[in-house]
Amino acid sequence: MSETLSIVDLHVSVGEKPILKGVCMTVRRGEIHALMGPNGSGKSTLGFAIMGHPGYRVTQGRVDLDGHDVLAMAPHERARAGVFLAFQRPVSIPGVKMADFLRHAATNVRRPERKEGEELLPMRQFRKELNEKMQQLKIDPEFARRYVNEGFSGGEMKRAEILQMAMLRPRFAILDETDSGLDVDAVRLASQSIAEIGGEEMGILIITHHEQLLEHNKPHFTHVMLGGRIVETGGPELAMELHKRGYDRIRAAHPEAAADEDALESMAAGSKN
Amino acid sequence: MTPTELARGFTQESFEAFLADRQEPDWSIARRREAWSRFCDTPLPDRSLEEWMRTDIRGFKLEQYTLPSSHGEAASCRSPGSLLREAVEVSAATTTIDSQHGELLIDPKLAAQGVLFGSLDRLLAEHGDLLRPYLFAAVDGQADKFAALHAACWSGGTLLYVPRGVVVEHPIHMLSVLSPRGVDLGHALIVLGEGAEATVLAETASIEASAAGLHCGAVELHVASRARLRYVNLQNWGTGVWHFAHQRALVGQDATLQWTIGALGSRLAKVNQHVALVGRGADAQVNGVMFTEGKQHLSYHTLQHHQASQCTSDLLYKGALQDQSRLVWRGMIKVDHDAQQTDGYQRDDNLILSDKARADSIPGLEIEADDVKCSHGATAGRVDEDQIFYACCRGLTRKEATRMIVAGFFQQVFDRITIESVRVALGEAIGRRVREYH
Ligand SMILES: Nc1ncnc2c1ncn2[C@@H]1O[C@H](COP(=O)(O)OP(=O)(O)O)[C@@H](O)[C@H]1O
Ligand SMILES: [Mg+2]
Repeated sequence: MSETLSIVDLHVSVGEKPILKGVCMTVRRGEIHALMGPNGSGKSTLGFAIMGHPGYRVTQGRVDLDGHDVLAMAPHERARAGVFLAFQRPVSIPGVKMADFLRHAATNVRRPERKEGEELLPMRQFRKELNEKMQQLKIDPEFARRYVNEGFSGGEMKRAEILQMAMLRPRFAILDETDSGLDVDAVRLASQSIAEIGGEEMGILIITHHEQLLEHNKPHFTHVMLGGRIVETGGPELAMELHKRGYDRIRAAHPEAAADEDALESMAAGSKN
Repeated sequence: MTPTELARGFTQESFEAFLADRQEPDWSIARRREAWSRFCDTPLPDRSLEEWMRTDIRGFKLEQYTLPSSHGEAASCRSPGSLLREAVEVSAATTTIDSQHGELLIDPKLAAQGVLFGSLDRLLAEHGDLLRPYLFAAVDGQADKFAALHAACWSGGTLLYVPRGVVVEHPIHMLSVLSPRGVDLGHALIVLGEGAEATVLAETASIEASAAGLHCGAVELHVASRARLRYVNLQNWGTGVWHFAHQRALVGQDATLQWTIGALGSRLAKVNQHVALVGRGADAQVNGVMFTEGKQHLSYHTLQHHQASQCTSDLLYKGALQDQSRLVWRGMIKVDHDAQQTDGYQRDDNLILSDKARADSIPGLEIEADDVKCSHGATAGRVDEDQIFYACCRGLTRKEATRMIVAGFFQQVFDRITIESVRVALGEAIGRRVREYH
């Protein structure tokens, strides 16, 4: 059971509304999985549930990390256990400098037993490492002094998420649309960086609508989510197909999930009014 | 109320005895008598008054306190440590206990330049004519019962007088300490002559963290033309202390005032912090950092009074509240008819850390000139759960995340305070207090 993140029959609700309806997936370290699916199918919900967002209630199923019960852990414990989520919409924290934030984060993740108030990574070592990583990712060194995601452009935020991943060196990473908001060159750079950081070291779940991010991260598996379920799993060719032809075939092949998707969508539309 | 019905300590007899002890000019004694009769004629404020509507002082018993002269042994108490003086080189420093002076330190170079610093009691006796135009020229000793009590009975107190053109290089530190059940009626009088410059770090503390006490004080800042004053007031009284203060600055032509209030302590505070821009082109920046907990109630009434043209005033208050504490801010920008080309701003942001805490922000504008730029803003909100979750996803505990978010919230004010020791002291004091909430 070692070196796996396994998701078994996961059901997740937001409020009283069921979103995920029995998701199964096993990611081994060194593997790349692509997760695709139309908007609103539940991809981000899966990421939040794995990290323990308090608004996403697991009503059934399990998530295990190397055989340990992830759902019993608080979000910060999951992070320290080596699980990372690059947010689709990163959150800004005004007044907190990126460098301070990352120094706390990196120290905690590298020393999972650390108690608050205990020593942080030595400033020099940390700075040096951060500067190197920023250079690799072609991020302006000024970034470190800016407040976390405050006033960042869409592209800057996504690059900052990759920078955080690079600093935290997780064992399992979920990248939620880390390519959206980036131009073609930036996606290529992101794709390369993820490959460099990842390699054999990480198990990666890439949530994406595009194929560029997968260019340097050829997925071993492609999963398709529809209406809160994974309806198909295939190899890299499935990602190509979906990218070229969209989800019509999938919807036709899985009418029940497609109906669930419609229901979710109309509820979401209703709740927006 | 007649004097005989008044408190044990604040009776006609004790007042007369207090006056008999004073060595000061006749004009000052006469003023005290005037203020005393005002004090006797004025009832304690209650919630029927607009200014006291949100501030309930029914638990305050004046009769539990006495005039400071009646227990002079306080100065021998061991004083608590200073938060602001760590790692700071100072030009002068003084400590009072129950507004009576203990140690005094002053760089001899300053004394040679004509700088006066130390006990206002003593310096008023020696330099009465010099000080007469300043003492109670900024604050109104008749404003309310507490102002009158202070004007009648102030004692101890601290004077800083910096003559024209003198630049005081290092900060000047003033620590005021209250003993258990002590009374501080200290008066801070700061006078900067034309073109003079100084930084003052004023700080208050209690010997016992939760013992009762009364501070009924005043701060007067006279900033003459082209002078530059940075005044920091860290209020860290114990949580049993009643803190009443009238504070007012007069800022002259092309003069600059940066006035920072850090408020951490006291059981109840009712502070009037007024800035009057009296000379053309005067500039005032007012900063407030408040952190309350337990049952603390802190009430700040600010006034940015533009009396001359082309002045700027910029107020930024930020408060964080936990437990059942309460913060009240009532701010006013007042622009006189002749104060054209005024640029005035005020903003109060509050971060509510618990369900039971409450913050009231009431900004106001009163504008009589027509060519002005004035605006205000106020926000109040909880710590954002999405921010906490995001930080937790990066390995921070909920508590660590909360602390970091609260620190970030104050950062905007800290960015304006250029005095490192003040930023560090405030940041650490606040960081220590932030608790975990779910
Ligand atoms: N915090 C939330 N509050 C209400 N509804 C939500 C929330 N998060 C997700 N949902 C709903 O769950 C469904 C799946 O959303 P999401 O996981 O974001 O999809 P995807 O990432 O695949 O686009 C949508 O119908 C969406 O409206
Ligand atoms: Mg999504």
